[in-house]
Amino acid sequence: MLHKITHILDKAGLAWISPVVRLCAGENPREQGRQIFRLIGVPLIAILLFLGAWAVIAPKVETNVGTLPGPAAVWEQAGGLWQDHRAERERRAEFYAAQEQRRAAFEERFPDREWTAREYSGRPTYIHQIVTSLKTVFMGFFFASAFAIPIGIICGMSKTVYTAVNPLIQIFKPVSPLAWLPIVMILVAALYTTDNPMFERAFLSSAIVVALCSLWPTLINTAVGVASIDKDHLNVARVLKLSWHTKVIKIIIPSSLPYIFTGLRLSLGVGWMVLIAAEMLAQNPGLGKFVWDMYQSSSSQTLSLILVAVFTIGLLGFLLDRIMLTLQQLVTFDESSV
Amino acid sequence: MDPTLLDDYKRPFLELSQLGKTYPTPRGPAVILKDLNLRIRKGEFIALIGHSGCGKSTALSMIAGLNSVTEGVMIMDGKEIDGPGPDRGVVFQSPCLLPWMTAFENVMLGVNQVYFHVSRRERRTIAEHYLQRVGLGDAMHKRATDLSNGMKQRVGIARAFALDPKMLLLDEPFGMLDQLTKYELQDVLLGLWGKDQKTALMVTHDVDEAIFLADRVVMMTNGPAAKVGDILEIDYPRPRDRHALLADANYYRYREHLIGFLENCELEKEKIAREKAENAASKKAKEPTLV
Ligand SMILES: Nc1ncnc2c1ncn2[C@@H]1O[C@H](COP(=O)(O)OP(=O)(O)OP(=O)(O)O)[C@@H](O)[C@H]1O
Ligand SMILES: [Mg+2]
Repeated sequence: MLHKITHILDKAGLAWISPVVRLCAGENPREQGRQIFRLIGVPLIAILLFLGAWAVIAPKVETNVGTLPGPAAVWEQAGGLWQDHRAERERRAEFYAAQEQRRAAFEERFPDREWTAREYSGRPTYIHQIVTSLKTVFMGFFFASAFAIPIGIICGMSKTVYTAVNPLIQIFKPVSPLAWLPIVMILVAALYTTDNPMFERAFLSSAIVVALCSLWPTLINTAVGVASIDKDHLNVARVLKLSWHTKVIKIIIPSSLPYIFTGLRLSLGVGWMVLIAAEMLAQNPGLGKFVWDMYQSSSSQTLSLILVAVFTIGLLGFLLDRIMLTLQQLVTFDESSV
Repeated sequence: MDPTLLDDYKRPFLELSQLGKTYPTPRGPAVILKDLNLRIRKGEFIALIGHSGCGKSTALSMIAGLNSVTEGVMIMDGKEIDGPGPDRGVVFQSPCLLPWMTAFENVMLGVNQVYFHVSRRERRTIAEHYLQRVGLGDAMHKRATDLSNGMKQRVGIARAFALDPKMLLLDEPFGMLDQLTKYELQDVLLGLWGKDQKTALMVTHDVDEAIFLADRVVMMTNGPAAKVGDILEIDYPRPRDRHALLADANYYRYREHLIGFLENCELEKEKIAREKAENAASKKAKEPTLV
């Protein structure tokens, strides 16, 4: 049981919790104490040292929007943003409550007339911007996966296709999101011309740029995974004369799943990194735009707000990576034993 | 000899004629098999023995269609073999099950392919039947990774038989197992083979295994350019009993024959090597020495 819990924690990338669990189970307190110090204490000390150094150095750096804010100021701004969001939510709730009252009164007075409800049009708060960013990155990630996994599988199955596609991969892989964005924006503006668009253009452009920059690790890893499938497994497919479709579904995808997930994890990392730049330029109302707007406003809070964004981006990126890592380890089976 | 038997040999179930295999290597072509001739009757159990590296697996995988033929033809049941197919069930040395599937799913993969015309329920019954026959009734829904080697090989055998193939090709299927498991699986194999009357060709290193299982033991000469060196008919009635066999006087004669052949091959090999070395030495001696 205990072994199982710690095993799951290890798999979820939370190895640092396992000594605490072991300690609670009364297992060798001395040894567990040392482990706790090593896995939790040491990183904690490093973080405290970092914050200390930051607090000492920051006030000495003068800029044209005031001195560099220390950790306390940044923390305060983060709290402020959260307060803003709460206040906004309250206003929204009040708006709808008031509207509901008016509707009741209206229907009482004119039972035969139609009531037209109105949407609350508040400004997006920091939390909304985070949500937009996450939506954008997942959309881009979805585009990237939907393209890269099938192509990767085909590349892995056929050396000829791989040789044909490889130069294109090598050329497009290093292109920066900043180079893609103008082209994508122009193309989206030209081609995405519905009257009732499901997505904002800025949102779509950012997502496509994320996809263009992040699809390469998935493509390459999928191709490598498929190309390195155990020959015996392919022989099974040959003996059974499996159709192409069955072979892909039953043998090729499952056996290259660990590689595919490694690729997906790298892709999501790249996508998140690229997203901020794309949002800044495309004016997609997410974290990138937030940073850009703060920079433009150049008030005394500019720097601390941007720093809040920096930490948010870092923490969310870390979280996404952890989620992908866990998924990746869940699909990795112990192949050596078969 | 029984005349009907002779007739069987005239129209064999599987005929390998002038079979040859050459691998291109950086140091020129390597001739592994040359002029390999073999005729197998329907329902016969053939054991193939020979020294390591002589080309047994190569021959087997060629019959399975997994390895291309350089020379000669293989005719099975009146048709030339060109490529793999489910009419030849293969049991590999390492069971090579698909590790992300259960034992049942591994067998079903083949059953679905061969019995595409019957209902899903019937297909499940077929897979379950064969898994039960190999003694995996209780473990059939375990993941392949969680099975022991012996259990995996049982699944491998069930998978091959569930295809209802015309022929079984087994490449040292019990090579990795301990003695007890090996005996058990030999019985499982014989049980399935005897009931379904398949033709079987099995590569093995184990002389006793060959005698116990086979109708005929085919001995291959050492490579390079290996071919069939000798064939030993094992004249025991079936079903066979392991203990009765050991008590039989003929058993040791068979054993001597097989081991004698293998030892002879070894001596031959040494002789060739020695001659080669002597040749090289004498050549060197004849070369004029530079002053
Ligand atoms: N792809 C290849 N290219 C070149 N040579 C090969 C190739 N595959 C096998 N060989 C050679 O062919 C010979 C026969 O190999 P094979 O695996 O058939 O032997 P075997 O009789 O099954 O041996 P063992 O009893 O050890 O399994 C070996 O000498 C091997 O080195
Ligand atoms: Mg072999």
